[in-house]
Amino acid sequence: MNYNIDNKPLLDVQSLTVRFTVKRGGFFSEAKHLYAVDDISFQIKRGETLAIVGESGSGKTTAALAVAQLVKAYKGRVDLDGTDFLTLKDEALRLARSKMQFIFQDPYSSLNPRVRAEKIVREPLDNLGAVRDEERQAIVDKLFEAVGLHPEQQRLFPHQFSGGQRQRIGIARALATQPDLIICDEPVSALDVAVQAQILNLLRKLQADFGLTFLFISHDLGVVQHMCDSIAVMYMGKIVEYADRLSLFNNPLHPYTKALLSAVPTVDKKRRAETKRILIPGDPPDPLDLPKGCRFANRCPVAQDRCKSEQPILRELKSGHKVACHLVDENEVSPL
Amino acid sequence: MSMPPVIQTEEIATARHPMAEAWEMFRGNHAAMVALVVLTLIMIIAAIGPYVYPTDPFDMVWAPFSPPGVDGFILGTDYLGRDLMAAIIHGARVSIVIGLAAAFMSVFIGVTVGALAGFYRGWVEELLMRVTEFFQVLPTLLFSMVIVALFGASLPMITFAIGIVSWTAVARITRSEFLRIRELEYVTASRASGATNAKLMFQIILPNALPPIIVQAALMVGSAILFEAGLSFLGLTDPNVVSWGQVIGSNRQYILDASYTVTVPGIAIFVTVLAISLVGDGLNDALNPKLRQR
Amino acid sequence: MIQPLLKVQNLRIELTTRDGIAPVIDDLSFDLGAGESISFVGESGCGKSMTALGIMGLLPEKIGRIASGSINFNGEELTTVSQKRLRAIRGNDISMIFQEPMTSLNPVYTVGEQIAEVLRAHQGLSKAAAWNSAIELLDAVRIPNAKRRVSDYPFQMSGGQRQRVMIAMALACKPKILIADEPTTALDVTVQAQIFDLLNDLKRQTGTAIILITHDMGAVAEMAERMIVMYAGRGAEQGPVDQIIDHPRHPYTKGLISCVPHIVADLTNERNDLTEVAGIVPPLREFGQDRCLFASRCSMVSQQCLDKRPPEMKFEAGQSSACWHAEAV
Repeated sequence: MNYNIDNKPLLDVQSLTVRFTVKRGGFFSEAKHLYAVDDISFQIKRGETLAIVGESGSGKTTAALAVAQLVKAYKGRVDLDGTDFLTLKDEALRLARSKMQFIFQDPYSSLNPRVRAEKIVREPLDNLGAVRDEERQAIVDKLFEAVGLHPEQQRLFPHQFSGGQRQRIGIARALATQPDLIICDEPVSALDVAVQAQILNLLRKLQADFGLTFLFISHDLGVVQHMCDSIAVMYMGKIVEYADRLSLFNNPLHPYTKALLSAVPTVDKKRRAETKRILIPGDPPDPLDLPKGCRFANRCPVAQDRCKSEQPILRELKSGHKVACHLVDENEVSPL
Repeated sequence: MSMPPVIQTEEIATARHPMAEAWEMFRGNHAAMVALVVLTLIMIIAAIGPYVYPTDPFDMVWAPFSPPGVDGFILGTDYLGRDLMAAIIHGARVSIVIGLAAAFMSVFIGVTVGALAGFYRGWVEELLMRVTEFFQVLPTLLFSMVIVALFGASLPMITFAIGIVSWTAVARITRSEFLRIRELEYVTASRASGATNAKLMFQIILPNALPPIIVQAALMVGSAILFEAGLSFLGLTDPNVVSWGQVIGSNRQYILDASYTVTVPGIAIFVTVLAISLVGDGLNDALNPKLRQR
Repeated sequence: MIQPLLKVQNLRIELTTRDGIAPVIDDLSFDLGAGESISFVGESGCGKSMTALGIMGLLPEKIGRIASGSINFNGEELTTVSQKRLRAIRGNDISMIFQEPMTSLNPVYTVGEQIAEVLRAHQGLSKAAAWNSAIELLDAVRIPNAKRRVSDYPFQMSGGQRQRVMIAMALACKPKILIADEPTTALDVTVQAQIFDLLNDLKRQTGTAIILITHDMGAVAEMAERMIVMYAGRGAEQGPVDQIIDHPRHPYTKGLISCVPHIVADLTNERNDLTEVAGIVPPLREFGQDRCLFASRCSMVSQQCLDKRPPEMKFEAGQSSACWHAEAV
């Protein structure tokens, strides 16, 4: 493993944009595009975790898939440890995948039902052929132990495991090639609460043991709070707020972040007493017909005329906290 | 490297192959099991029957129109005095071979076309599906008649003629399964771990797409047998080889005077095709994971 | 003392499975007062939804049945009333909303037609009156522009709006009890906040008692006055929400509260590992055994737990816990 002395980020994403063609253009009609991810940039340092949070339709999962080139990006750069992933093609891309692995949301659909657990975990090694054949079984044995599965379970098929155990298999598979970056797409949202804790603890333990770097996609702010070092909040394809863990949770600036945080039910009495629930009415705008100004303006309780006409850009404040809202000034006080 | 202790409060299941479960499910289906037994018997007859019952079906062995059971001929004789029993036993071979070969051919073409279309999408899909539609709108019986009439009524040509008109259903099923399965996370997972396109197509997606294809293939064997019978009935058949359809075809003028000459091979076709479709039905249930979980 | 609205006593619901008959609900008792809100919490497979279906008389036919115990609603014994009476109660007095607002509405009718249908069937309103009530109800569940939206089809609405339509339908006959089975699990958190807010307001205005079924302790803390923690078909712990969260008396409750990373006031840099409740809920065939079913996952387990089913231990303010070590938790 090579260590970065100059503190350069391991993953540097610049202006990533993903657009889907909803309707192809013809003689009489213009092509219609949906910008699922619209010009987002973020960085992750080695050994740290960045969370992208957002509600359904925010584009967080598409962003993760685009980083891994599992959906095609329209433009942007995804720089992993000095290599621009988006310029890689075919065979070069296939081989580079060993550096970036994925943990999926649904432990039921992410494992091939016809393949034994050991073969699922070994698949990345078989595909990429980086390790000699004889050594692969030893690696699989180690991985099973590392994720807390019994050696006897290697011969089983996916349907013979519980949800939590399946997710452990998915994690073992992601670790197999010793990747630099692991993208976790809602890794616990399909699991029961008690099992979620088991998996979250396992991920944190593995991160500490192997120095893993995570890009963590989630809609669950409680989980994000526990897992990450910094957070990017997405709304309708844009990052609206981007800050480290403490500033984001203790001093959310964007009205959307504030409303989102206030909406999370908690058992903490103090927080419930202190936080007033902010209800944001209505629904997000139609992604095919986005407003000219701020995309949150139609639901924002403090929106002004400027918000409706001019799109705010994500700007960095003195403390390093980034926010895309016209109404936040240098004093770093939320308008809401 | 410190490892967390293996937490094992959940019980460990024993390794069982999904196919073992499918077989158990199939065994529970009585109709399908009976059909399977019948089908096996027919296969055995087709394989060894001619050795056990060596009478040549083209030999005139007795007086014409001897009804079944009379004069020692279990199924009687036809208008030329040929032994119908011999025709049924020897004809089983041709009917079943043509059924299997034509089904194999249409599965081969259909899976290849469907897999490529479903996997690559885009212009590949457009092109292949237009070709599929072209074959789908052809009047099938007429088209195969033209082929056989043009290139001669040999067994391989008849098989080809049946196969070329019946692969479209397999292609459509394969394509739609590929479209569905390629979006599943385990396929993305394999892609993310560096699987090549060939591996994704044939080792990951295809095995998971097989159940409906197998069922379709089983039904196709039945319909190919019917198809062959239809062609033979119209006289488009190799006159030197006996098949069930050919027996019906050659005796069709006597259907009112000696109905058994047509009924007997008709029953043979009916039983075989019914058995095949019941087995196909049983396979459908057994291979359907949603039903299996109950 | 006043008679509670719903009184469930020693309820036992049996389900026929491949491995034999399993008690999915095993000796469950609880009361629900008028206008009260109570919450069932637990992991999936613990019998939360089965309790609701039992009360509604909607147990899966031929497979599930109420084996013993009583469900007394307003003086009427629901376990013995006729199917016809049960249907009437189901529409008028007790109604239910489900987790999946996408599939609970019929896609070929407008939402207005579906709400009006409920009103006509159960309250015998005329077509016009039912339609007007449907508009009023949509307005009550805060669908903007109710007059126009009433003739929308379900696919024209967002997930949150569909759940509101479900709530409107459930409230159409002014039920005394509304059972909400994971009503917000499929929804975004900001939409969940809207739905919770709506349910709380409706409860205040109409005095409908609410049974909320959820796996989220945070939601319980915000929505309910009392809670019942379910484990493997049995009530593990019961009592006032605040008291249980402050001092759970059952290791399972404690685990459920602390295994979830909650957002707290004044977050610090310190992050401890989450408390793990190892393992998973036991399979159905182990339900009903005469021992503590949580023992295999419990850190306080002793021989006693494996030998005998723990009785209910009572604490102050109506808190009770079925654990041999409740005092020590």
